[in-house]
Amino acid sequence: MALEASLDIHPSVAAAPWRSPTAESPAVKWTLIGVALAFLGFFLVLPLVAVFVEAFRSGVGVYFEALVEPDAVAAIRLTLLVAAIAVPCNLVFGLAAAWAIAKFEFKGKNLLITLIDLPFSVSPVISGLVYVLLFGSQGFLGPWLARHGIEIVFAVPGIVLATIFVTFPFVARELIPLMQEQGSGDEEAAISLGASGWKTFWLVTLPNVRWALLYGVLLCNARAMGEYGAVSVVSGHIRGLTNTMPLHVEILYNEYSFSAAFAVASLLALLALVTLSIKSFLEWRHADGLKAVRGH
Amino acid sequence: MIILSRRSLFGAAAATLLLAGSAGAQTTLLNVSYDPTRELYRDFNAAFAKHWEAEGKEAVSVRMSHGGSGAQARAVIDGLDADIVTLALEADINAIAEKTGKIPADWRGSLANNNCPYTSTIVFLVRKGNPKAIRDWGDLVKDDVAVITPNPKTSGGARWNFLAAWAWAERHFEGDEAKAQEFVGQVYRHVPVLDTGARGSTTTFVQRGIGDVLLAWENEAFLALEELGPDQFEIVVPSISIKAEPPVALVDENAEAKGTTEVAKAYLDYLYSKEGQTIAAKHYYRPFEPELADPSDMQRFPELELATIDDFGGWKKAQPRFFADGGVFDQIYKPGQ
Repeated sequence: MALEASLDIHPSVAAAPWRSPTAESPAVKWTLIGVALAFLGFFLVLPLVAVFVEAFRSGVGVYFEALVEPDAVAAIRLTLLVAAIAVPCNLVFGLAAAWAIAKFEFKGKNLLITLIDLPFSVSPVISGLVYVLLFGSQGFLGPWLARHGIEIVFAVPGIVLATIFVTFPFVARELIPLMQEQGSGDEEAAISLGASGWKTFWLVTLPNVRWALLYGVLLCNARAMGEYGAVSVVSGHIRGLTNTMPLHVEILYNEYSFSAAFAVASLLALLALVTLSIKSFLEWRHADGLKAVRGH
Repeated sequence: MIILSRRSLFGAAAATLLLAGSAGAQTTLLNVSYDPTRELYRDFNAAFAKHWEAEGKEAVSVRMSHGGSGAQARAVIDGLDADIVTLALEADINAIAEKTGKIPADWRGSLANNNCPYTSTIVFLVRKGNPKAIRDWGDLVKDDVAVITPNPKTSGGARWNFLAAWAWAERHFEGDEAKAQEFVGQVYRHVPVLDTGARGSTTTFVQRGIGDVLLAWENEAFLALEELGPDQFEIVVPSISIKAEPPVALVDENAEAKGTTEVAKAYLDYLYSKEGQTIAAKHYYRPFEPELADPSDMQRFPELELATIDDFGGWKKAQPRFFADGGVFDQIYKPGQ
């Protein structure tokens, strides 16, 4: 009986005319698209537009004045400096960690994976506080540092450390699943054909993961420039010295300089948009290469 | 193809590396202050730098750090390298002195007027036309009134607010402390949002439009009026308030280590000069010596009866009694009620 029934179905499916892979009615389809777009518009596009509208409310002159004001310039420079140190550090670390996890078997591997995720699960305020507890003058290493005249918290090194801590999973997290999926077959082939380890890394491993790597770096960079909580704790809020752009935005807002606050905020948003555009551009430019890598 | 993409990948990384640099050095002081003094010290620092150079001394620039008074004290304790602290409360400077020894224990009195070059008080800011008819502390507990004040646990200004309400209640109930405590408790039950700092509360009231009355530093209330328009808000002066005394002090050890003791001391002294007192009055702080300030600025300060911290036995008594863990504030304020 059961066999008969199942045989019954088969011819009817085969005989059916071509249908789109989704069987839903157009009403469902358009409702879903509408909901997604409305959600996107309301929670993403609208706030973004609001930032730029507010920024230009008092005119273009005020906008640019807010960006060339010395404290703002110092904040922009510090933000870029911190990102320029934190991102390469996390790039090297992320590559090394992903390589180790994906291509080798060793004890404590799961522990390492869990630890890499730690900064995602810990509140950024705590990430900042641990550095104060460690390097602050009442802290564990504080007295020793003070004797040697080394400043870490309430100075640039502390801000860099806190940023590295917070942004540290991005590159590794992008690479690990991809490298695990790819396995080590390509590398084994390269080495069996006589390539050195270094050459294998540059010519086989790195090209295989370059898109994931780029994506991880861009995400890492976006977060490094935008980090507020952890940096706020270790910064000391010294204007023109240890204020990053997000902290500067808050200060301006609290000083009733709303247009200036939104001007700096719009610059931050712009940096994020530029980051995403670079990614899209590179993806478009290298579409063939991308397809080849995905085909693996 | 591989070479090309590798180049673009690292090109992007290298581009970010090109941007770095640091500012040139001269004598710099770091003044660690509380929230509402931003505008005051922006003016004062410029005036002092000019004065110091006119004296024929090396150019000086003063850097500022602002935040909640308690949080700022904590940062100095944890190593923020302040030459000078200008905080909202004596208790906060005491904390630095006790925990680090960087400020001598007898700092209070090293400058005139117990180290307070300016004082302030607590007034009410209400919406234009005073629709809820709030005239005095007693009106804060009327049924439909929402009060905005920060958290006394974290904010110096909020502690002054608390004590001012207490001073009124003690007067009103003729010294009955149980009734005073009941009244202040009622006030806090009318608070929908307890921000961590004075500036946060001002933003809540002014920008977000929450609440009917803001308990504010007098200078903060005037500033909000000036910045955001007298057509939206008005100041109500209660029958009695408190003389808020935000003190200033030299952080001896930090200044010594940096070799800035002389200029830091001069900076503090200059707060008491004619120019310093004038700038304070201009920014709505009540100068210690009113006759030094501009009389037209002085006219703006309303006359009112002021209780002082000494009526509460000084901060050394008031702080543990009202604001320590398990103190009066903890007894009357339970979140979510």
